[in-house]
Amino acid sequence: MIEITALSVRLGGREVLTEVGLRVPRGEWLAVIGPNGAGKSTLVKALMGLVAHRGEITLDGRPGAALRPRERARLVAYAPQTPALPPDMTVFEYALLGRTPYIPYLGRESRRDKEITASVLDRLDLTGLAARRAGELSGGERQRAVLARALTQQAPVLLLDEPTTALDLGHQQQVLELVDRLRLADGLTVVTTLHDLTVAGLYADRLLLLAGGRAVAAGEPGQVLTESLVGAHFGAHVTIEPGPGGRPVVQLVRGGP
Amino acid sequence: MPDPVPEVAPRPVDRQPSRGVPDPLTRRSVAGPLWVAGALALLAVSMVAGLLGGAADISPRQVVLQVVDWLPLVHADSGLAPVEQGLLYEIRLPRVLVAAVVGGLLAVAGAGYQGVFRNPLADPYLLGAAAGAGLAATVTIVLLPAPAATIPVAAFAGAVGGVLLAYALGNTAGRAGGTATLVLAGVAVTSFLTAIQTFVQQFKVEELQRIYAWILGDVGGGWAQFWLVLPYAAVSSVLLLLHGRMLDVLSVGDEEATSLGVRAGRVRFAVLLAASLATAAAVAVSGLIGFVGIVVPHVVRRLAGGSYRRVLPLSLVAGAAFLVVADLIARTVIAPAELPIGVVTMFVGAPFFVAVLRMTRQAAT
Repeated sequence: MIEITALSVRLGGREVLTEVGLRVPRGEWLAVIGPNGAGKSTLVKALMGLVAHRGEITLDGRPGAALRPRERARLVAYAPQTPALPPDMTVFEYALLGRTPYIPYLGRESRRDKEITASVLDRLDLTGLAARRAGELSGGERQRAVLARALTQQAPVLLLDEPTTALDLGHQQQVLELVDRLRLADGLTVVTTLHDLTVAGLYADRLLLLAGGRAVAAGEPGQVLTESLVGAHFGAHVTIEPGPGGRPVVQLVRGGP
Repeated sequence: MPDPVPEVAPRPVDRQPSRGVPDPLTRRSVAGPLWVAGALALLAVSMVAGLLGGAADISPRQVVLQVVDWLPLVHADSGLAPVEQGLLYEIRLPRVLVAAVVGGLLAVAGAGYQGVFRNPLADPYLLGAAAGAGLAATVTIVLLPAPAATIPVAAFAGAVGGVLLAYALGNTAGRAGGTATLVLAGVAVTSFLTAIQTFVQQFKVEELQRIYAWILGDVGGGWAQFWLVLPYAAVSSVLLLLHGRMLDVLSVGDEEATSLGVRAGRVRFAVLLAASLATAAAVAVSGLIGFVGIVVPHVVRRLAGGSYRRVLPLSLVAGAAFLVVADLIARTVIAPAELPIGVVTMFVGAPFFVAVLRMTRQAAT
């Protein structure tokens, strides 16, 4: 579904990503992990066509460079790390914006666009909040509203940049479970950046570890989340043990590094 | 003594009951036309009041009948003498119409600029339109012998020139289409052109009064003034109204707009073009009338919600009503003399604006 070869990005004269390659098959969840400044968000933005880059990006078998913005928007839905929700807009109006790639430039939404939006809100338990102004939402509600906007795009790929930032434990779980459920139900391909390593290993099928703009490890959670890799690239002293279900659990060691 | 056993409550679910708004699908389609109808009614009332203003012996009923009589294919007897009819038709009617068009243009342009810059402080004069028009008008008044007819042409060219200068400067100084550099460029252009304008006007101190009279605004130019502004008004406001949904998309930020398949730079350019055309047309016929472009869209937004699909048309209509009333005040409050209309818009607009801000803030908290 997504294939990237030798992706390099320069921002402000500095090379932020160097020769990164990755492959995500349809229906898989890839989590991009790495220390601060490793280039995680830049990778996501390159996938969205938001930053200039060298190297090849292929989406659904089509070269990314040849995609027009609207075509790309029908393939990939994106939720940024700090989404801007216009405070005066209602949740319904905001989610309806996700239909933009299907509406002509100066056109307006069809009945069908509104029905799709209503059904997405229903799936995310947001129907009761549809008429609520975005400025009045709690953190968890905002995150679900952003997810709703991304889902109304009906794109087969979902790109989420740190979807759980600023959410408490319960809401983190709620959002991630929701993404997981939608992925299994609709066959979505999901790429997220995540800073919580245990959470990343728990939900994603595969992990990509970025450090200093390079892909230093990739594979199943157990292969990437090792004490030596995490120790070397995060500069952290951790123990990693298999948790229930065999997924690795990362714990800090007090007194290190 | 704290309770040793912490109360274990189920995690509160985010879902809350809706507040009496059953169907979001129909909500907009009901509320939108209602607001527009309300604004149009306000405009109609203000226009009748504008036609009445100043005359002692014409009744509202006669004015309404006379307006009906002017309509094609309809005849109504207002009982007005030909002199009174002439007064209404040749002086008051064009004046009310010009005020309505200029007010609508300034308000809808202000709403457009606020959408493009995602900044509530953006106004129609932000990008140097006012300073450019002011300079051009001043040069015309100072240098040309019989400038009355050429002032609007010069002001229009000056306004467009000011905006183009700011846009060119903003694009060379920063990333193409970036908004912050564009605003800074507008500030620089405004200061620079205002400095030149002040310099030029010192050459003919005896013309200062005319220059200030122009700067403070006037909508009393008759039918010629109305026909001059109408084509630009029609083109620019239609263009702006068509971009309502696109401005809603832009309000989520450039990156997300791009991820939705929208070329943000292109939308911004189109809206800036239309809003600048509207501003230039308004400035050209009526001078610099301040505050309409900020006050009206904000009041509309506070009352009717933030979607530009509602803010743009309502600003157009409410701005028209606002300036008609402002003009009525300008020519009646110290009659038979007249106040400059720009003084009234600021004098009335500022406290009204503060009142609406306070009112809605209290309602929100």
